[in-house]
Amino acid sequence: MKTLPLILAATLALSACGDRLGGAGGVNDDGFAGGAAGANGAIVPGSANDPASPAYFQARVGDRVLFAVDQSTITPEGQATLRGQAEWLNANPSYTALIEGHADEQGTREYNLALGGRRANAARDYLITQGVDATRLRTISYGKERPLEVCSTEECYAQNRRAVTVLAAGAGV
Amino acid sequence: MKRLLFAALTALAALAAPQVQAQDQPGPLRITITDGVIEPIRFAVPNFVARNAAAGDIAQDITRVISADLANTGLFEEIPQDAHIARVSSFDSSVQWSDWKAINAQALITGSVLVEGDGRLIVQFRLFDVFSEQPLGEGLQFVGTADGWRRMAHKVADAAYSRITGEDPYFDSRVVFVSETGPKDARLKRLAIMDYDGANVQYLTSSDSIVLAPRFSPDGAQIIYTSYESGFPRVTLMDVASLQRRTVGGETQNMSFAPRFSPSGDRVVYSAEASGNTDLYALDIATGATTRLTSAPSIETAPSFSPDGSQIVFESDRSGQPQLYVMPASGGEAQRISFGDGRYGTPVWSPRGDYIAFTKQTPGRFHIGVMRTDGSQERLLTGAFIDEGPTWSPNGRVIMFTRETPGAAGAPALYSVDITGRNLQRAATPAAASDPNWGPLLN
Repeated sequence: MKTLPLILAATLALSACGDRLGGAGGVNDDGFAGGAAGANGAIVPGSANDPASPAYFQARVGDRVLFAVDQSTITPEGQATLRGQAEWLNANPSYTALIEGHADEQGTREYNLALGGRRANAARDYLITQGVDATRLRTISYGKERPLEVCSTEECYAQNRRAVTVLAAGAGV
Repeated sequence: MKRLLFAALTALAALAAPQVQAQDQPGPLRITITDGVIEPIRFAVPNFVARNAAAGDIAQDITRVISADLANTGLFEEIPQDAHIARVSSFDSSVQWSDWKAINAQALITGSVLVEGDGRLIVQFRLFDVFSEQPLGEGLQFVGTADGWRRMAHKVADAAYSRITGEDPYFDSRVVFVSETGPKDARLKRLAIMDYDGANVQYLTSSDSIVLAPRFSPDGAQIIYTSYESGFPRVTLMDVASLQRRTVGGETQNMSFAPRFSPSGDRVVYSAEASGNTDLYALDIATGATTRLTSAPSIETAPSFSPDGSQIVFESDRSGQPQLYVMPASGGEAQRISFGDGRYGTPVWSPRGDYIAFTKQTPGRFHIGVMRTDGSQERLLTGAFIDEGPTWSPNGRVIMFTRETPGAAGAPALYSVDITGRNLQRAATPAAASDPNWGPLLN
C-alpha cells in the first residue's frame, strides 16, 4: 500500500487524457486489440482473455455503472456489474481501485461535483457489501468536467451519468 | 444641470432599486423595473488633448476606452467623433455649448494627457451637462504610470458614470475566470485574470490540472478556488501577486470545493464531501480551523455570505431537488427562499445586499435570475442551453455569468447582463471561458 499515492497520481494523469474508454487510466488497452489467444492457444497474459488482467476487468466484468437523472441509486444492472467487480477484486487482492463519479452537463458545476461524489460512494458502498476491503477503494468526483460522450442529448447524457472503477496495481505487483 | 440630471435619473430609474435617491431630485423616485427600453444618454468625448508629443497615442487610447466603458453599459450612447462640430484643442478653452447642443449631446467629457519625463502619466478630465451649460462636478486629475493608462481611463469613465447615474463605479475592476481549451471530453483549464472589459489577460496556473470556480478575496489580493492538482479536488488559496498557492481546509474529506470568502476576508465557507455526503464548512484562514455548518444527508453546496457577513445563502436538495436556503453564518436553522418551478443553484448575494442572483434550471434550459433576499420578486434575466454561475459587478448593477453552447463543439463564454435583463453582452476573452468572478473596485 505504500506505493499507492504515487500510483494514484499516475492514474489520474492518464485518465485526464480524454481516453474514449473513460477512466481506463493505469490500464493499457492491449486486451482490446483482438489478442485473444496465443498461437498455441494459451491465454496471453494481460489480455482481455486473462481473467487476472485489468483488461479483462474492463472488457468482461465491466468497469462502470450508469445512473438515472439526478440519482445515485445502483440499478439492478449496476448491482450485477458491481458483484462481478467485487468478485474480481476479491480474487485479485494486489489491485486497489479509484471509483470516479461523473454527472451529465444538465446541472450546475457545484451540484454535479456533489452528485458525482454521491455516485462514486454508492458504487463503493456496494462493493464493500460484497466483501471488498474498504481500504482498497477510494473515490473521486469529476462532476461534469469529464464527459465520456460529447453530444447534448439524453443518449449521451445516459452514458455520462456513471461511476467508473479504475484499477491501480497496489502493493505486491 | 437639472435636465441632464433628470435624464440620467430616468435612465437610472429603470436600473435601480427603489431606495436609490439623488441629492438634487425634487421628490422620491418611482422605479418601475419592468419599464421598456430606456433612452440612453447621448454623450460626446472628443479626443483628450495631448499636452506633449509623448502623450499623443495614449491620449487617443484613453479616449477610446472611456467611450467604450460608457457605451457598453447600455445607458449611454456615444456621438461619433466625426459628427462633432466643435474642436477641442485646449483642455482649458471654453466650451462651445451651441456646437454640442446642435448634435444633441447631453453629456460632454473633455480631458488632457501629459507624459512626464520620468514616465508619469497625468490625466485630467471634466464632465459637462450640455443643456444647462454647467460642469457636472469638479474637474479631476489622475496621476499614474504610462503602463497603467487603461486603469486611468476606467477611473475617468467611473467618475462620469457615477456622477450621472448616482451609482457606485465599477469599470476599474478585474475578473478572475477559467480559460478553457481542448475538446469537450478532455478540456484543459487554467486560471486567468483580466480587466473587467477583457483587456490585460494574465494566466495564473498551467493547464496541468483541472481548476474550477475561482473567487477573489474582498481586497482582491487572493483567489480561492478548487484544484485537482493533488489528484483530488481541493480548496486552494492563491496569492495574486506572488502566485503562491496552498491547499486549505478539508484535509479529512474526499473532496472540498465551492469556496467563497466572507465579506471581512478572514473566513471562507465551502463544501466538503465525505462518504458521498456534501455539507458546508467554514474555515478560519488565520488559524486553519474548520467548523461544520450543516449536517444533513442531502447535498449542501454553493454557499455565499450576505454583505454584512451575518447570513449564508446556499443550495440544498433536502426537499428532493436543489433549492435555495438562507441560514445564520454560524450555521443553524435554514429558511427555504426559492419556491418556483425548476431547480435552483449557485446563489450569490449582491454586494449591495438587495438581491440574490442564482442559476435556475427548467426542462432543457438554464437561466440567470435575481430575487429579493427573502425569495420574493423573482425575475429571470437570461435563458439559454446552459447559463450558470452569476457574479456581481462591484456596484451590484451588472451580472456576469457562464453561457455554454450545446453539442460536441459546444464551448463556454463569459456574458454580462444588467439587473433589469437588458444589455446582454459577450465578454471578449482569448479562448473559451467559464466561472467568472468579479473582483472589487481597485484603489
